Amino acid sequence: MGSAPGRCASVAEIPDTSGPGLRVRLAQAGPIPLAVELACRPGELHAIVGPSGAGKTTLLKAIAGLYRPREGQITSGPSVWFDAAAGTWLAPQARRVGLVFQAYALFPHMSAQANVETSLATQPRAERAARALALLAQVGLEDKAHRRPADLSGGEQQRVALARALARAPDVLLLDEPFAAVDRRTRRRLQQDLVTLRRTLPIPILLVTHDLDEARALADQMSVLHEGKVLQTGTPDEVMTRPASDLVADLLDLTPR
Amino acid sequence: MDWPALVLSLKLASATTLVLLPIGVILGRLLAFHTFRGKRWVEAAITLPLVLPPTVLGYYLLIALGVASPIGQAWQALTGETLVFSFSGLLIASVVFNLPFAIQPLQRAFEGVGQDLRHAAWVGGLSTLATFRKVELPLAWPGLLSALVLTFTHTLGEFGVVLMVGGAIPGETRTIAISIYDRVQAFDTAAAGIMSAFLLLSAFLAIAVVYGVGARAVRLRG
Repeated sequence: MGSAPGRCASVAEIPDTSGPGLRVRLAQAGPIPLAVELACRPGELHAIVGPSGAGKTTLLKAIAGLYRPREGQITSGPSVWFDAAAGTWLAPQARRVGLVFQAYALFPHMSAQANVETSLATQPRAERAARALALLAQVGLEDKAHRRPADLSGGEQQRVALARALARAPDVLLLDEPFAAVDRRTRRRLQQDLVTLRRTLPIPILLVTHDLDEARALADQMSVLHEGKVLQTGTPDEVMTRPASDLVADLLDLTPR
Repeated sequence: MDWPALVLSLKLASATTLVLLPIGVILGRLLAFHTFRGKRWVEAAITLPLVLPPTVLGYYLLIALGVASPIGQAWQALTGETLVFSFSGLLIASVVFNLPFAIQPLQRAFEGVGQDLRHAAWVGGLSTLATFRKVELPLAWPGLLSALVLTFTHTLGEFGVVLMVGGAIPGETRTIAISIYDRVQAFDTAAAGIMSAFLLLSAFLAIAVVYGVGARAVRLRG
């Protein structure tokens, strides 16, 4: 994929073609209102910010194939995941999505390694264990591969969830408030890990967060979501210094917690 | 001890459990993971045998399965026998009055697994079947065991419905619970006492197992 892996790719470096990356357009009046248009290029980290109930998780679920909106399209590179007009809807298993759930959703009855191996079902059985261990090593957990989630700290659980998401060899990485459930120090470290990870991961990354500082520190692009609607998209600095409306300004003032 | 009655009861309990297990898994899972119109009504109907007097349930089953009913007539045309006052009729009745005992523990167990874990499995590439096998079932098995034990034990002890639908034909529909009643009527308190003690013990053990498994499962999930 065409991105600059050497450092955090800035927006200008990636040519804006209609080809690569994730493109999302969703629309429906109800039951959950949605009016979303966003594009995220390979290597780009796009933050979705907004108050709780803004539809952030619904948006991620639609991209992952867990929620089917009435109208819209979702494409990843050349592959069409969802096209309401054409009646196309790929099941989550048929999309290549890495999703880190807000509460991680680790399988409590499996070891960290077994958790990661569930996302390697398409790989030859003999290679799964080694691949899972390599992924756990990548997040610094090789020595805790046999522990169950309950015996891991919050930060460690988050890293297992990340390893499991990466095991899928995803075309798109979705992070649903991945740092919300850990203490501030762990959060700093995990955020630093994400910055490092991005350098070797030339895929679009969507980060749902309600933490504006986090969005400013990590994201190339940022969309403000409110009641299912994207109100403004731009670089975090742009959006924060020049909010498009009073509502955006209001939301951004209200959001930091 | 009325051995034929005990054997019959064990046979009925085993057959009921066997028939009800797949039904319980399918319906319990459906109710746990899906919302649909009229779901509350379905849940209410499944719970009904828990609160309805057994004689009332038995009365309606007698009507529904009797020779004048479509089901009873179809059965008679098919097998040449009546459905009521037969083991088969008793089995159908037994499946109906055990619905809440099988479905509710399974529904709660699948609800406990939660949507997020299933979603995580799907997004990771596991098929619906693989998700059921690797994630849902290993986490819901205490509910499965509860359903098994409760259905089995409850069938051993059911009296009202069995008497209404099955009568008390020795070797065919006279279960151990009916036999106890007959023994008391005949002033044979010794036999009634032994059989009652047996049912008491099995019910106590069943509940102990269900609670024990529940506690173990809670520890496992931490």
